[in-house]
Amino acid sequence: MSTEGILVMTRSAPYGSSAARDALDVALTCSVFEQPVTLLFLDDGVFQLLKGQSPSVIGQKNLNAVQQSLPLYDIKRLCVSTSSLEQRGLRQDELILPVELVDDAALPALLAQHRHVLSI
Amino acid sequence: MVLHTLNQAPANAACMASALNTITSEDTLLLIEDGVYWTLPAFASQLANLTGRLVALEADLKARDLKADAVESVDDAGFVALCVSHDKVVSWF
Amino acid sequence: MIFSIVVQAPPVQTQGAETALRFARAVLAAGHSIHRIFFYRDGVHNGSALTCTPQDEFNIPQQWQELAQQHKLDLVVCIAAAVRRGVINEQEAVRYKQDQWNLRDSFELSGLGQLVEACIQSDRVVTFGARS
Repeated sequence: MSTEGILVMTRSAPYGSSAARDALDVALTCSVFEQPVTLLFLDDGVFQLLKGQSPSVIGQKNLNAVQQSLPLYDIKRLCVSTSSLEQRGLRQDELILPVELVDDAALPALLAQHRHVLSI
Repeated sequence: MVLHTLNQAPANAACMASALNTITSEDTLLLIEDGVYWTLPAFASQLANLTGRLVALEADLKARDLKADAVESVDDAGFVALCVSHDKVVSWF
Repeated sequence: MIFSIVVQAPPVQTQGAETALRFARAVLAAGHSIHRIFFYRDGVHNGSALTCTPQDEFNIPQQWQELAQQHKLDLVVCIAAAVRRGVINEQEAVRYKQDQWNLRDSFELSGLGQLVEACIQSDRVVTFGARS
C-alpha cells in the first residue's frame, strides 16, 4: 500500500483546551510545506466542526473562520468519524464544512494510508 | 502494521475504545504510563475485542506495583524495537 | 533508522516528558539517530531554563539539555506555542519588549514547519502527549 503525507488526528472539543486550534495549525503548516495532509476528527473532536460557534463571549477566536479557509489551503481530506457523530446525536448538516464520513471499519485503512500520524 | 501507544488509565475508557476501533490483528497496543492499569484482570473484558498484540511498558508496571504476569512486557529498548518493527506509531492520550 | 520525537507533555504535571526522555535515550542506545525533538503545546515548558527542582527529583529540562549536548540533538520549541506561554529567548524578548527571557541553552525557538520537516525526514515520528 502506498503511504504518503500526514494524518492529523484530533479528539478534543474546541475551546475547553487549545487542542483544536493546535491541530488546525499543524494541518495548515503541512499545507504550506506542500505535504499532503488529512485531518481526522474523532470522538469529541467532531464538536470542533459545529457551525454557528460564538467563542468571543469566552474571549476566544472563532475556529469556524479558520476551518472555512481549509479548502483554500488545499487540505483536501477532512475526515469525520461516523460513530463519533452518532454517539453525540449530531448530523452531517450541522457541520461547517463538507466532510468525508469514515465509519469505524474504515479507520485502520485511513491510518495505513498515511506515512505519519500526529495526535493532537 | 501500526504500533499504538496508550497512556490513559481505565477511567478514560473512551480513549481505549477509540484505540480499539483502529487496531487490527497486525497491530500492537503498547500500554504506557497510567495505561498500564489496563493490564489488571478487572479490565480484561473491556480488552476482549483487542485483535492485535498487547504489550505493557516494564518501567511503568514496576513503578505502579503491577505484576501483569498474563501480559507481555517490554523495556525501553523493547519500545524502540517495536517502533522499528511497525510502520508507524499512533499515540492515544 | 531516523526518529523524530514530538513532546506535547509538560514536565512535572504529567509523566509524558519523562517517558519521552527515556525513549530518546533508548533510541540513541539502540544506535538509531534522532533528527529532531519538537516541543509543542504545553510541552514547550520543557525548554525553560528556570525550572528549580528539589535535589532528590529529576530536572527534566536540564536532562534534555544534557542529552542534547552529549548527542548534538536538535531540540526545537514551537515558537508560537512558546511565546504565548512565556518561554522566550533574547530575540523574542526584544521583539515583544520584555526585559527577561528564559529559553534554556541547547533549545531553539522555531516554527511548526520544523515539525513538518521532521516528519518528512524521519522514518518514525513518536508523539508523547498529555490529555488536554
